[in-house]
Amino acid sequence: MTPETLSRLQAAIAAKQPVALCTRLADGAQLLLPADAADNALADAAAAALVADKPTQHEGWFIHPHNPPMRLLIVGAVHAAQAMLPMASALGFATTVIDPRRAFATAERLPGVTISHDWPDDAMAALQPDTRSAIVTLTHDPKIDDPALDAALRSAAFYIGALGSKRTHAKRVERLREMGHDDAAIARIRAPIGLDIKALTAPEIGLSIMAEIIATRRGAALAQRG
Amino acid sequence: MSEDILATASTWRDAGEAVAIATVVETWGSSPRPAGSRFAVSSSGRMAGSVSGGCIEGAVAEAAAATMRDGAPQLLDFGISDETAWEVGLACGGKLKVFVERLG
Repeated sequence: MTPETLSRLQAAIAAKQPVALCTRLADGAQLLLPADAADNALADAAAAALVADKPTQHEGWFIHPHNPPMRLLIVGAVHAAQAMLPMASALGFATTVIDPRRAFATAERLPGVTISHDWPDDAMAALQPDTRSAIVTLTHDPKIDDPALDAALRSAAFYIGALGSKRTHAKRVERLREMGHDDAAIARIRAPIGLDIKALTAPEIGLSIMAEIIATRRGAALAQRG
Repeated sequence: MSEDILATASTWRDAGEAVAIATVVETWGSSPRPAGSRFAVSSSGRMAGSVSGGCIEGAVAEAAAATMRDGAPQLLDFGISDETAWEVGLACGGKLKVFVERLG
């Protein structure tokens, strides 16, 4: 890899621009797509690899997509949220914590992540969650969680989870119905949140949630709810 | 990209070391790391990342020394059918191809 290719690749990664590093395996020649000129078939294969987020080969070229990190949007700067941060970072997520309660959402409690003190409906409107976003609500406070879930259900987020017992969730479902969401939409919400590992402590709850997010992302049977 | 092997490797290069990057480009069977997984090695023996569960990193580092010296990339085959060629195989029975290039 030439110094020029390396610095261009790192600049694209830093700018969160999707880029495919294409390497001709016979001689090591490299292209960065879509920026560089390439024949149509290779350009199409690179574009498809970026969408699929999966490396592939095309006529002797190895196509290695580099997409911006997946996003984790956590509503509620609570203890379990703190426990999730290092796990999420190690798992490749860029995390934003949303909590209008400034006493909870401090940089000291939440090092290394983006903090939003907006109300969740405003925060979600600004963040525009997409198919590479996971949304988790942890406050137990309907004033904060409900508008976040309302926005989450209208987004393409691949994972939506809400902390709270079955009873809490049943009441939440009623409120979301009144907000106009049908049962199929509401069924997207994982509640009680997380894989059932009998989590008790904040790190255990964080682990169960992160494990469920990965299981959902990878299409694992564990992620299916009866 | 949480495991930013490229960033780690480029700091070694900036510190004046020769560096090679190995990337899994194709796998068959039960290979432990998917295509795209990276392993970096430096002339002083620093290592980061992985291309297997630890089965072939030693052999890749040995082969990478030549690429660090002459800059010629290599495409290495590992797996059952290549055990005699490389004297290392994958206990899991998987097969993979690893592309080795010099960084910078």
